[in-house]
Amino acid sequence: MNPSIDPTAMSPSSKTVFGFWLYLMTDCVLFATLFATYAVLRHNTFGGPSGTDLFSLPFVLTETMLLLTSSFTCGLAMIAAHRGAKTAILAWLGVTFLLGASFLALELSEFSHLVAEGNSWQRSGFLSAFFTLVGTHGLHITIGLLWMGTLMLRLLRRGLTTISARRLMMLSLFWHFLDVIWIFIFTLVYLMGAIS
Amino acid sequence: MNKFLSHIPAVLNPKGTIAADERQLIVTATMLMLLIVVPVLVLTFVIAWRYRAGNTKATYAPDWDRSRKLETIWWLIPSALIVGLSVITWQSSHALDPSKPLASSVQPLKIQVVALQWKWLFIYPKQNIASVNFVELPVGTPVEFEITSDAPMNSFWIPQLGGQIYAMSGMSTHLHLRADAAGDYTGSSANLSGRGFAGMHFVARAEAPADFDNWVRSVKHSAPPLTFTSYEALARPSENQAPSPYSATPAGLYDEVVMQYMMPNATLTPASAP
Amino acid sequence: MSILGRLTLQAFQHGGITGLALIGTAVAGTLGAIAAAIWLTVTRRWGWAAGRARWLWREWLTSLDPKKIGVMYIVVALLMLLRGISDAAMIRAQQATSAGNAHGIVSSDTFQQVFSAHGTIMIFFVAMGLMFGLINLILPLQLGARDVAFPFLNATSLWLFVAGMALINLSLAVGEFAATGWLAYPPLSELAYSPGVGVDYWIWSLQIAGVGSLLSGINFLVTIIKLRRPGMSLMKMPVFAWSVAGAMALVVFAFPVLTVTLTLLALDRTMGMHFFTSAFGGNPMMYVNLIWAWGHPEVYILILPAFGVFSEVVPTFSSKRLFGYTSMVWAIWSIVVLSFLVWLHHFFTMGAGADVNAFFGIMTMVIAIPTGVKVFNWLFTMYRGRIRFTTPMMWFLGFVVTFTIGGMAGVLMAVPPADFQLHNSLFLVAHFHTMIIGGVVFGYFAGITYWFPKIFGFRLNETLGKCAFWCWLTGFCLAFVPLYILGLMGATRRLDHYDASMGWQWLFIVAGIGVLIICLGIGFQLLQFAYSIWKRHDTRDTTGDPWDGRTLEWATSSPPPVYNFALTPAVSERDAFWAAKQAAHDHPQSHAAYQPISLPRNSAMSLLIAGLSFVFGFAIIWHIWWLALVALVGVVGAIIARSTNEDTEYEISAAEVAAIEAKAARKSEGGRA
Repeated sequence: MNPSIDPTAMSPSSKTVFGFWLYLMTDCVLFATLFATYAVLRHNTFGGPSGTDLFSLPFVLTETMLLLTSSFTCGLAMIAAHRGAKTAILAWLGVTFLLGASFLALELSEFSHLVAEGNSWQRSGFLSAFFTLVGTHGLHITIGLLWMGTLMLRLLRRGLTTISARRLMMLSLFWHFLDVIWIFIFTLVYLMGAIS
Repeated sequence: MNKFLSHIPAVLNPKGTIAADERQLIVTATMLMLLIVVPVLVLTFVIAWRYRAGNTKATYAPDWDRSRKLETIWWLIPSALIVGLSVITWQSSHALDPSKPLASSVQPLKIQVVALQWKWLFIYPKQNIASVNFVELPVGTPVEFEITSDAPMNSFWIPQLGGQIYAMSGMSTHLHLRADAAGDYTGSSANLSGRGFAGMHFVARAEAPADFDNWVRSVKHSAPPLTFTSYEALARPSENQAPSPYSATPAGLYDEVVMQYMMPNATLTPASAP
Repeated sequence: MSILGRLTLQAFQHGGITGLALIGTAVAGTLGAIAAAIWLTVTRRWGWAAGRARWLWREWLTSLDPKKIGVMYIVVALLMLLRGISDAAMIRAQQATSAGNAHGIVSSDTFQQVFSAHGTIMIFFVAMGLMFGLINLILPLQLGARDVAFPFLNATSLWLFVAGMALINLSLAVGEFAATGWLAYPPLSELAYSPGVGVDYWIWSLQIAGVGSLLSGINFLVTIIKLRRPGMSLMKMPVFAWSVAGAMALVVFAFPVLTVTLTLLALDRTMGMHFFTSAFGGNPMMYVNLIWAWGHPEVYILILPAFGVFSEVVPTFSSKRLFGYTSMVWAIWSIVVLSFLVWLHHFFTMGAGADVNAFFGIMTMVIAIPTGVKVFNWLFTMYRGRIRFTTPMMWFLGFVVTFTIGGMAGVLMAVPPADFQLHNSLFLVAHFHTMIIGGVVFGYFAGITYWFPKIFGFRLNETLGKCAFWCWLTGFCLAFVPLYILGLMGATRRLDHYDASMGWQWLFIVAGIGVLIICLGIGFQLLQFAYSIWKRHDTRDTTGDPWDGRTLEWATSSPPPVYNFALTPAVSERDAFWAAKQAAHDHPQSHAAYQPISLPRNSAMSLLIAGLSFVFGFAIIWHIWWLALVALVGVVGAIIARSTNEDTEYEISAAEVAAIEAKAARKSEGGRA
């Protein structure tokens, strides 16, 4: 580990990292509320299409693989951070960014396809809940990518400092958290929607 | 009380079996709680007075801050009261569940209620009549109200006959009441539903069964019929509507009112549709 | 689509009383500004004015000091109290006069906006403001800390609160407010029944303020867990700090639910979605569940710190330790857990069925047990104490009487079949006002009076404080006892008119007199501030410990230096300051050498973020999409800009610290001599 970095920077004992964990818990409650809303509205199709009609599992599997892999590469970036290897961090973050952006592109294409068919969020309660739950996750991914970009810029310009290390820690927590949420979405929305 | 209140408060002046049971519940629960509340209030004043700084005769124990005995007492006694109240709660919630039919040898009367902006429509499916802002009931006969809304959320309430239940679009709630004395009872909407909601009061008139039958007959002979078209006109916003009867209702009107919110392309379109 | 969305000149046109009030305010404001400009020119004081403005900017608006932030929260909250009580007076005036052929002083639509604004403002901007204000002022001091965990976030929370407040007040002048009640149930709050901007103002002012609250929840929890004085284990913390911990745990779990619910309603209204619409698969009942899943914890968020204030006030003015510390802590956490298990009691009448209703009714009653335990613990703190009936103690006694009776009404309504007759009646309104006024308001008033000398260096006038108290207590009884009776008479809440034959009018008139007496009480409080400031030299607190207190906030000068504590020696007992005072009698004070102290620099970024959030909210409300996008990008840009700023702290040297401490010691000696 780079001796110029405060060793507690990346540990949960840091008040900033602890505070970020608390924030992630609130984000958890936020998603839980959206999941509950989806659960209540999932059959409210008002005569329109349901998940069985709309979801393509192979497509979603591709998205899932992209996101899971990006979590893995994010982990590799963190390992590089513990080693203090700035170039390796930047490389793995770059890959993570590309994978995340691909995920987002696929999701946007799924959404625009649905809208073009006339199955937008205005069609029924079910579709409103679907777009909002999945869309909120996508919004979080977007924010994560923006964060990743600015952090990569910071690493380039100022190198791996205590502050950068701490922020990298929080970003990776955020990214893994979003991955976990996606697993729930994949299971509860797509899988269960497609087979019910 | 009569010096200040020209009427006994409606909730404490029941004229129907449900309201009577609910009043009893209120009185019992209040009495039980007073058993604890009154001593606490007395204790507050006694302690405050006795231990005022000016009273140097009272014991001063500045570091005394615990007592197993006292803590046990004031965790246990309120808990015991709450246990008692919980039993009452469980039993009464089941006995007085609004959707529970009343035990009776008399055939129940069914009345369908539609909350509109800003009036109440009462449909008598069996008698095939309807009325706005006025409902007539036979004394001693259990009434099953089926309630929905073609408007924002409302709450159907006739305090002297029993508690209220929400009226919601796309749904049907149930309320079973029985009037035990003849008279005119005020009903209202107990949930804000827009500009004219304060005007949503109606009269629930309880009369002897024979008089009720007479009323039904007179409505069938004198009033205009209600059609789907005149219903849609009725459903448009209006305030302080005078009571008016209808001599006939289209078949399945109530069900159509509910269904229009659940599926597209029904006989009726919601007045609130975009 | 117009460049100004749906904002037209019509939004500025108001009739009736609102129009008169706005024109009056605008005229008075303009005349006042002109008069001020003339005066400044004639007396050649523009430089002085500029100096004052710079002082305001530097010392207050960009400060990250929680003592300053706390004062600003409370000032805004008290201003909003004036707005909220004006709304209350209008409600009472309308209901006292609108019987039979008379139709009161305002239209139904205006009346419905007035009571919606009244509730929203009182909960979100008065009660929450007073709470966050007191926590900012006192929590770090009580923990022996120098600041909260995240000072920049703290300031951002304050300014987001102000932005929300600004938006809700703007609705008076530009457009309209929601006419749906303070919780805006759908379908009434959906586009079909509320097509105007009112509900959107409601949504966005709460959404913006709500983000601030959530950030504060995280901030204060981390402060409690990470920044306590060495030796101050959790079980040695003052009970006020415990109550804050409990309340902030509730914030952290409950506010995300509010964020989501407001967003879903906004999506329905702005993007044509169908979460809560009557048709198209929407489910209004779900809104009711979601909003109360937040709403019930919210009322415990408000009351727990008020209980915490009493846990400080009662021991201090009984000159005795708090009875049953451990019980008090257990009671707090029981309340926290239970408050998530009772939300359905707000809508027993929605038809969930006997089993569900009974479960939630029983859980609601169970919450009365830990609350009762707290009351007993306070009473037995007074027992065998030496009670001084200062103004804070009077607020406490007023609380015991009112809260107990209001709590009884609450347990009564927790029995579902009883609730069927009382729900949405004025009995309900009387109940929750009893809890909020008797509990929350009396508690925070006690806290303000109690801690005022610590923050400002002089005590508030006792006589005027007691006059205020008696007016509030009397006014409260006159205003709300009639409402309990009216509820039993079958009077529903929120009515703008009723039949004269109901026999309700005289009770409404009595209630109206009650509100006037409360206004008199507020008048006494304002007079108390003014008079105490004028006579501050007579009530100066020179020792830092005007009440013979027990906890660490009293171990500093009044007001404390910007860094709170020059040194942070370990503590070893509860009531750490009391223990130190006893020990100091035996051993003279000596201390380690002073060290330099790092403090956060001022920042205007919080103001910028909040200002842009205000613009964002306004733009969304009026459908000015390009402006909303610009504001959003601005917020993101400001956050990124702040994140690149490495120079966020400044240092006070050890010599400066020594000088500040020496000066405070001299003042203190002078006071004791």
